[in-house]
Amino acid sequence: MSSDFLTVEGLSRTFPARRGEAPPAVFDDIYFSIGKGEVVCIIGHSGCGKSTILNILAGLDQPSAGVVIMDGREVVGPSLDRGVVFQGHALLPWLSVRKNIEFAVRSRWPNWSGAILDSHCQRFVDLVGLNGSEHKNPSALSGGMKQRVGIARAFSIQPKMLLLDEPFGALDALTRGTIQDELLKICAVTGQTVFMITHDVDEAILLSDRIILMTNGPRARIAEIVINTLPRNRARSDMHKNPQYYRIRNHLVDFLVSRSRDLALAPARDSDPRHPPQVRPGEANDEPPADSLPAKKQPALQLA
Amino acid sequence: MARSLDFKALILSLGLLAVLVFAWYQATLPQATPAASANPEYTALMGGNSVAKSGMPTPAEFARTFRRQLAHPFYDHGPNDKGIGIELGYSLARVLAGFTLAALFAIPLGFVLGMSPLMQRAFNPYIQLLKPISPLAWMPLALYTIKDASASAIFVIFICSLWPMLSNTARGVATVKRDWLNVAKTLEMSVWRTALRVILPAAAPTILIGMRISMGIAWLVIVAAEMLVGGTGIGYFVWNEWNNLSLTNVLFAVLMIGLVGLLLDLIFGGLSRLVAYED
Ligand SMILES: Nc1ncnc2c1ncn2[C@@H]1O[C@H](COP(=O)(O)OP(=O)(O)O)[C@@H](O)[C@H]1O
Ligand SMILES: [Mg+2]
Repeated sequence: MSSDFLTVEGLSRTFPARRGEAPPAVFDDIYFSIGKGEVVCIIGHSGCGKSTILNILAGLDQPSAGVVIMDGREVVGPSLDRGVVFQGHALLPWLSVRKNIEFAVRSRWPNWSGAILDSHCQRFVDLVGLNGSEHKNPSALSGGMKQRVGIARAFSIQPKMLLLDEPFGALDALTRGTIQDELLKICAVTGQTVFMITHDVDEAILLSDRIILMTNGPRARIAEIVINTLPRNRARSDMHKNPQYYRIRNHLVDFLVSRSRDLALAPARDSDPRHPPQVRPGEANDEPPADSLPAKKQPALQLA
Repeated sequence: MARSLDFKALILSLGLLAVLVFAWYQATLPQATPAASANPEYTALMGGNSVAKSGMPTPAEFARTFRRQLAHPFYDHGPNDKGIGIELGYSLARVLAGFTLAALFAIPLGFVLGMSPLMQRAFNPYIQLLKPISPLAWMPLALYTIKDASASAIFVIFICSLWPMLSNTARGVATVKRDWLNVAKTLEMSVWRTALRVILPAAAPTILIGMRISMGIAWLVIVAAEMLVGGTGIGYFVWNEWNNLSLTNVLFAVLMIGLVGLLLDLIFGGLSRLVAYED
């Protein structure tokens, strides 16, 4: 795995004391890396510092210790190389859909004007299926449409890396599915590198190549990294037909329900924060197909 | 529903006007006082009329003055006799000059205070101390240092317009959504471009509230300031007509002050709608 496009080394973040004693670090000793063209999701309970990590990757927040290196250079501040889709879409409400996108495009290519600018912006309006609404103001859009504008804005500057903070959390299931498919398509076509926060296990399995599991905070750590062994051409409609899907899903749910807390209280003895265990639950205890007749039934998962 | 409510309100307003005018009419009716007829010498002394006349104009007299004044609003017969339009023009010019100067000063400074917590804290004690001072209290200092009556009035307008614009700009800028600033940062926008393209439109509604309050105060203060400095302007006009004992003209001027104030407020209301956004 070419895991060296983006490297995170020894990341830790402690917020200053409000009053009285200093709070513990939100997370500590975080190491991971993302390869070019890879889609990596991070999963963990709220408060474990996912957004903080994403903000540090974006350059919007500074770590208390550790470094982020992208493309051979240390990340010291925000950059047009890293496009961010904010959790609360963060559209400028006084600009129309089109102008919001243009706002970003003009920052990326200040010399563009006229036809190039127009066609580029329109391409990304169309990409997220908002043609017809490009002259509306954000207040006239539904939550899903706003989120799509945020996505179009981030994509339109064609960053080397996309950072998405629970981008589909506020959407209804139908819209979420549509946009997930759009994201998949874009990644397939452009080989986009993506780092994404989600709390939706299915979304993580559908979109990502690897899934980083965080223990509960404070002093959260990476418990393990799940490698998604489903083929990359997976689709929402038939993903569940693959028995691996249930194994991965059960593994993730089991982690969220109990192991994330247990591991926070008592870390695994042999854990090395520099090399968090990489697991492949999809391929675990591969039963011979003969004795697992009811293929639809979720296999009971027992990780030794 | 809203339509009929508006209509009812209009009827009620007109009714209220009718009641007021009628009360006014009743209160200023020329009355044949028994005392006057009982004392002919006194009556003779008072001008020989058999009816005592109140100093207050009747509605009819007022209407005549109103028509006459508005027929020639811009005549100029020397320093103490100018049309109402000219006097209002002087006042408006002073208010606009003082207000514009204040805006040019307060809005950029407000930006700095809003963007920098350090500057905000450093300036705050002075602002808190200066804000409650009546703008007219500055008048002697202004007259002494500037040595020009009209410029002193402008200075007083400047001072009183300053505070609402300053504090509203600072607050509007300081409370711009963090997300919007982060968008600008991730797009590597310069501080200058961020201020113009993100902070200014985001804070514009709050800034305009400050401008509207400032304008309201400025229009209140100009009347008093011109009464003090004299010469020209609607405030001086009121004072002059009081000295002439022409309550009709005073009343007329009071009404015009109200109308112009209303108009100024409407203008700023319209500007507010232009920069409003729905989040
Ligand atoms: N600006 C801040 N100041 C103080 N504490 C913060 C700040 N931002 C986040 N935190 C704390 O850091 C922890 C992690 O927050 P966050 O990264 O938003 O978690 P997540 O996105 O995983 O839900 C929380 O306990 C939160 O209270
Ligand atoms: Mg979060």
